[in-house]
Amino acid sequence: MAMVEVAQLAKKYDGGFEALKGVDLSIAEGEILALLGPNGAGKTTLISIICGLVTPTGGQVRVGGHDILADYRSTRRLIGLVPQEINLEPFEKVLNTVRFSRGLFGLKRDDALIEDVLRRLSLWDKRDTPIRALSGGMKRRVLIAKALAHEPKVLFLDEPTAGVDVELRRDMWEIVAGLKAQGTTIILTTHYIEEAEAIADRIGVINRGRILLVEDKHSLMTRMGRKELRVLLDSPLETLPAALEGRGLELLDDGRLLVHSYDSTAERSGIARLMADLAAEGIAVRDVATRQSSLEEIFVSMVHNEEDEA
Amino acid sequence: MNLRGVWAIYRYEMSRFFRTLMQSFLSPVISTSLYFVVFGAAIGSRIDEVEGVSYGAFIVPGLVMLSVITQAISNASFGIYFPKFIGTIYELLSAPVNFLEIVLGYVGAAATKALFIGAVILATATLFVDLHIAHPLAMVVFLLLTCISFSLLGFIIGIWAGNFEQLQLVPLLVVTPLIFLGGSFYSISMLPPIWQTITLFNPVVYLISGFRWAFFGMADVPIGLSLLAIAAFTGLCLAVIWWIFRTGWRLRS
Repeated sequence: MAMVEVAQLAKKYDGGFEALKGVDLSIAEGEILALLGPNGAGKTTLISIICGLVTPTGGQVRVGGHDILADYRSTRRLIGLVPQEINLEPFEKVLNTVRFSRGLFGLKRDDALIEDVLRRLSLWDKRDTPIRALSGGMKRRVLIAKALAHEPKVLFLDEPTAGVDVELRRDMWEIVAGLKAQGTTIILTTHYIEEAEAIADRIGVINRGRILLVEDKHSLMTRMGRKELRVLLDSPLETLPAALEGRGLELLDDGRLLVHSYDSTAERSGIARLMADLAAEGIAVRDVATRQSSLEEIFVSMVHNEEDEA
Repeated sequence: MNLRGVWAIYRYEMSRFFRTLMQSFLSPVISTSLYFVVFGAAIGSRIDEVEGVSYGAFIVPGLVMLSVITQAISNASFGIYFPKFIGTIYELLSAPVNFLEIVLGYVGAAATKALFIGAVILATATLFVDLHIAHPLAMVVFLLLTCISFSLLGFIIGIWAGNFEQLQLVPLLVVTPLIFLGGSFYSISMLPPIWQTITLFNPVVYLISGFRWAFFGMADVPIGLSLLAIAAFTGLCLAVIWWIFRTGWRLRS
């Protein structure tokens, strides 16, 4: 069953800027979807509409089968939101602010659950610390704790690791993995392709208010990914032999490295023929390696293609 | 109705108040004492009685109103402006609470604080003057309605304000002059006829007059009119807040 169903969602701001132009998106229960897109693509607007911070100008969103406008109480109870900015009251203590979040969602005080959430986020020792005395990373954890205080089924993380150091980013990924293991549906927006690659089940690419693609991470990488065969030669070549010309081969590193790009999903990769031709030309090979293009390259080329078309 | 949500907001707001309890308690005591020293003792000694009431006692209802109204506005406006300013408003807007519940939480807390201040001022006043309250129940009703209605106004100001200067603008430029010119320290009947007429356009006159009636059984305007005025003002504020949440004005983009 789809946990989040977005249909023809549109948002035009008062100034006339169209942040979303008919977005369709379906997110299954228990999956992690990463929304990738450049600044101003519409990621935060999309999340903000689903969570109730921004009013849509068209389309429909259902969460857990309920409409976000007509039945906002039901949908908001299901949703936890971790905003991009560190929005916390500096003078409040960690435990109080997390308890407040639970109460705000209409739930009975549950000290055991709050303790569990704080322990999982390594915040229990800081429970009586005023928020202003915490480090940036700890503050981000408090935001997550607040979002988890009402046991949401769907968690939105808006740029959860923006400006966070590498170690903390990995911690954050572990936290997300732990939540997924408990069955929470997670939607995160990110600039970091590495992040999407590391933790998402599916990737959605959004640009200029439109979803360009939503696809399983692995199939996306296989489908879109160009692969490279990198052949390290025994002795450098000055030019490519005539027999090897016209195949898009590149000679790099002063003639020591031969690079052959190919489509990993094509019927023929051309590798066998290349190796045979190298042997026939008497060119000795020291080493070979293959390299798959990363999501980042896929993403950049996709956004550029779209901009070229626009 | 998400009553736990209302309670969570109310408690959170009150905890801010309790963190600075000494400040909240001391400042009205000191300012009231100063008013009594200046108006009651220094100036009051030259004014005998106002309509049969000693000047010191006469100014008590006005003094209470002055503090309660300013406190209600500043507490409520700050209460909702602060989350907007630091960004924590996102949590309120994404929670399963409707406008009525948000208003109950914030305005309830602001009104409670204002009521507390009003009680402190009344208690302080008894140290300076003999106070006999003619209609205690009416006094409590007027005090409560004033706390609630001006907290509602403060809530609207807090949502409207785009910066801290604007937060101070309406209380300083509009509300405080209206209170001072609304008969806090004098009876309307002391004014020349033309000014008496002009003053009747000041809504605060009806509040202070009604409140003073509850104390001394005398009023500048009929008590029914006073009640009607404060009820109309409360209704107007509620209508504006309802419109704000329906349209998301200055809250949701």
